Amino acid sequence: MAEAKPLDGRSLVRRRAGLRLWLSAGWLALLCAVALLAPWIAPKDPLAQDLFLGRLPPFWVQGAEPGYWLGTDSLGRDVLSRIIHGARVALTVALVAGTITCLVGASLGLIAGFLRGWVDLVISRLIDIWMAFPPVLFSILLIAVLGPGLLSIIIAIVVIDWTRFARVVRAEAMAQGAMDYVASARVAGRGRLGTMVREILPNVLPTIVVLLTLEMGIAVIVEAILSFVNLSISTDDPTWGGMISEGRTSVHQAWWVLVFPLITLFLTVLAFSQLGEGLKDRYDPVLR
Amino acid sequence: MSFLSIRNLSVRLKKGPSLLRRVSLDVAAGEVRGLVGESGAGKSMIGKAVLGILPPSIEVTGGEILLDGVDLLQLPPAQRRKRIGATCALIPQDPLTALNPSHRIGPQITDRLVDILGWTRPDAETRARELLAEVQIADPDRVLRSYPHELSGGMRQRILIASAFAAEPKLIVADEPTTALDVTVQKQILKLIAGMQARHNTALLFVTHDLGVVSKVCQKLSVLYAGMVVEDATVADFFAAPRHAYSAALLAATPKYTDPSAGLQPVPDAVIAAVQAEVAAFDKGLAHG
Amino acid sequence: MPILRILLVRLLTTAITLAGVAVIVFFVIRVVPGNPIAMMLPPGATEEDIARLSALYGLDKPLIAQFGIWVSGVLQGDFGTSITTRQPVLDLVLGRLPATLELSIMALVMAMILGGAAALTGTRYRGGRTEGAIDVANGMALSVPDFLWGLVLILLFGVLVPVFHISGRVTPSLDLPFTTNFYLFESLLRLRFDLWADIVAHMFMPALALAIPLAAIIGQLLKQSLKETMNLDYVTLARTKGYGETRVILREALRNAALPTLTLVGVQFTFLIGGTVIIERLFSYEGLGNMAIDAVINRDLPLIQGIVILFAVIFTAVNLIVDLLYTVLNPRLRHG
Ligand SMILES: Nc1ncnc2c1ncn2[C@@H]1O[C@H](COP(=O)(O)OP(=O)(O)OP(=O)(O)O)[C@@H](O)[C@H]1O
Ligand SMILES: [Mg+2]
Repeated sequence: MAEAKPLDGRSLVRRRAGLRLWLSAGWLALLCAVALLAPWIAPKDPLAQDLFLGRLPPFWVQGAEPGYWLGTDSLGRDVLSRIIHGARVALTVALVAGTITCLVGASLGLIAGFLRGWVDLVISRLIDIWMAFPPVLFSILLIAVLGPGLLSIIIAIVVIDWTRFARVVRAEAMAQGAMDYVASARVAGRGRLGTMVREILPNVLPTIVVLLTLEMGIAVIVEAILSFVNLSISTDDPTWGGMISEGRTSVHQAWWVLVFPLITLFLTVLAFSQLGEGLKDRYDPVLR
Repeated sequence: MSFLSIRNLSVRLKKGPSLLRRVSLDVAAGEVRGLVGESGAGKSMIGKAVLGILPPSIEVTGGEILLDGVDLLQLPPAQRRKRIGATCALIPQDPLTALNPSHRIGPQITDRLVDILGWTRPDAETRARELLAEVQIADPDRVLRSYPHELSGGMRQRILIASAFAAEPKLIVADEPTTALDVTVQKQILKLIAGMQARHNTALLFVTHDLGVVSKVCQKLSVLYAGMVVEDATVADFFAAPRHAYSAALLAATPKYTDPSAGLQPVPDAVIAAVQAEVAAFDKGLAHG
Repeated sequence: MPILRILLVRLLTTAITLAGVAVIVFFVIRVVPGNPIAMMLPPGATEEDIARLSALYGLDKPLIAQFGIWVSGVLQGDFGTSITTRQPVLDLVLGRLPATLELSIMALVMAMILGGAAALTGTRYRGGRTEGAIDVANGMALSVPDFLWGLVLILLFGVLVPVFHISGRVTPSLDLPFTTNFYLFESLLRLRFDLWADIVAHMFMPALALAIPLAAIIGQLLKQSLKETMNLDYVTLARTKGYGETRVILREALRNAALPTLTLVGVQFTFLIGGTVIIERLFSYEGLGNMAIDAVINRDLPLIQGIVILFAVIFTAVNLIVDLLYTVLNPRLRHG
């Protein structure tokens, strides 16, 4: 009888977690659509400057110009259109950098955790060294080396963040490797690689997927931070971080140049992370 | 007049099944009452209800717990806590987890005397030393300065017993105080509790599985099945002639008291079915009345 | 002597880590395009001038030789000379370190107060609305990094309700009597509460931005740990002694619950220190991180090396300190 009815509190939590999953997935889907359709739905050309229309406020404020819904920046560029086009960079970085980081980090972690021995020793030492670097400074340094551009950002994120996956997956692969089912697979004649891919990988997969979602949010932030210190893409191209950087300097004259990209960035980062947390609560036995 | 008097106490999981079904029992001042029954029968639940430490997922649905004539369930929480703290104590089941690992032994015995009962600290410390001597701990001063992990399980249980008697409570609830201990230590601890109880003339509600222990320590006995008291008798009467079929079966199941050569007998299915029917009838009665 | 062995192994791995950091940073920044010497000379300089100056900074030698010179210098406490300011790197770096340390420690204190308060309140009123609200707030705070919190704070307390300063470490027009760079600390010692208030008004937002994610982590971990502790036997036993709920949480549960949280907070604190780099930039706070970004932009190779090494030393030191603290606070380890 007691088992049949779940406790009120718990079902409430589950409902809230479900809502959280749907809201964040919804926002990200909307963002993807906007990014794909950017050239068609952006009301203005994101690069078009018009010094006569500089610092126009958003539509509900006195002095707004029709058509420029969220106002313009100091060069007269349309804020809404720049946000819409900025979504392309943000999502490209999130998806590409997130995925590659995941592949590299998870493979290294899996290899270290399963093979043990000197391979593990080397990889663990590398992880230790990486953890001793301040990550933001490291990324800025890498961009200085690689030169600005989308590809550089992606490389920088992969180089810096692979440890996030490697650490967790290594520990998990070790724990799983010690379990009986792995030993019996080995006894049954599976090779090392076979055991790793067929027996261990499926068990750490939920963990990896959750980390991937979180990493995508981090990638968006890293891109914004690099744009903020003027190291991301060329300065004209619309990126959220670049817009924020510009908005920060003119925040007293034109708050909207900072506020709208900031809200978009905030919601996107929140959505990625809540998606990850939601998936974690629902599917992942490891990360709790 | 009994010091503790539980009247028709019913307790259930919030919006779930009943855990105690109109339980009534009395413990007179200085008297020892055994509480037996199979695992999950609700023995600990009764002790927790008396001491006001029922988990938040459990609610009391009816009845009274009279402590010295005052119904605890009618008191506001703060007053109830004070009253219980001043007159009752618990000897817990597992001495390994019942002492706070980050405090020394001394304060764990003396703090309540100072904080709750307003003793001076030197008085409380003297008292703690006397008590440790009384529970036959060799070097009280050293032990008072120790951390729990530095002491053996038997020593920790002695300390918990000393601590329970520290404020001269009128009633002590001992919840299987020996089950977590080594068999060789069990007997000593049992003797110790019985001796302390007699010297201090404290009422004792003694939860156990073991009818053998009951026969040695207790004067009265309640048998519990599925949260229902199926027998309430003096120990002498019970061992002479249990009135309820379940009690009889329980007694028969304990080899020492019938024929040692017979070995352990399971309680017959027919008896179990009969008590379960009784419980079902009871629940039905609850639903209708 | 197992403890001694553990300590030795710890020191050895720390040395390897630091050496690795040194190698990586040295060779990575040598690949940076852009000749720092050419950048520091006026536009009309000749090839000859550049060659002469390169020789002065040792940049004409082969990479391996340069590395050898740098390492032997570092081991003697000489981190080289900054190319842009021509001052010893060590002086520059140590001059800025106090600003960053004060900011990080202030942020840590804020995080502990906020996180601790959230965990204790959530435990005291567990199972109710209050706990739900605290969980939601924690989740939000944790999902969004310090950089974004900094921007949000600038909008809230710099623009909307301008109560705090949004840039700098101290109002520039003020006369500073300080002999060290620990402004916050020294102003207190000198009883200059006017200066102290000004410094706090500058530090408040960057410190809070750094503190928010850590506060959320502390809040979550500590609450989880407290809730588990609250079900333990010794806590139940304390309840029967007549203690109230708040008292039971503070006296019986808090200390044991705080221990597991502590180790995790150590790693998180190094993340917080790493976060100062961008937060100092955002608030134009004159600390190490801000200096580091300038050094990268100016291709000041010796300075970059010095700052990165210093950060690595701080990170490893924090981890070591946390391990020691854990041993000291845990009676089982202290006597075992
Ligand atoms: N915190 C709780 N939440 C839900 N149900 C509980 C809780 N504690 C106990 N119960 C249930 O209440 C019933 C009585 O438990 P109780 O601990 O009183 O049994 P007991 O007679 O002391 O058993 P044992 O001899 O094993 O100690 C059991 O069915 C148990 O499952
Ligand atoms: Mg029990």
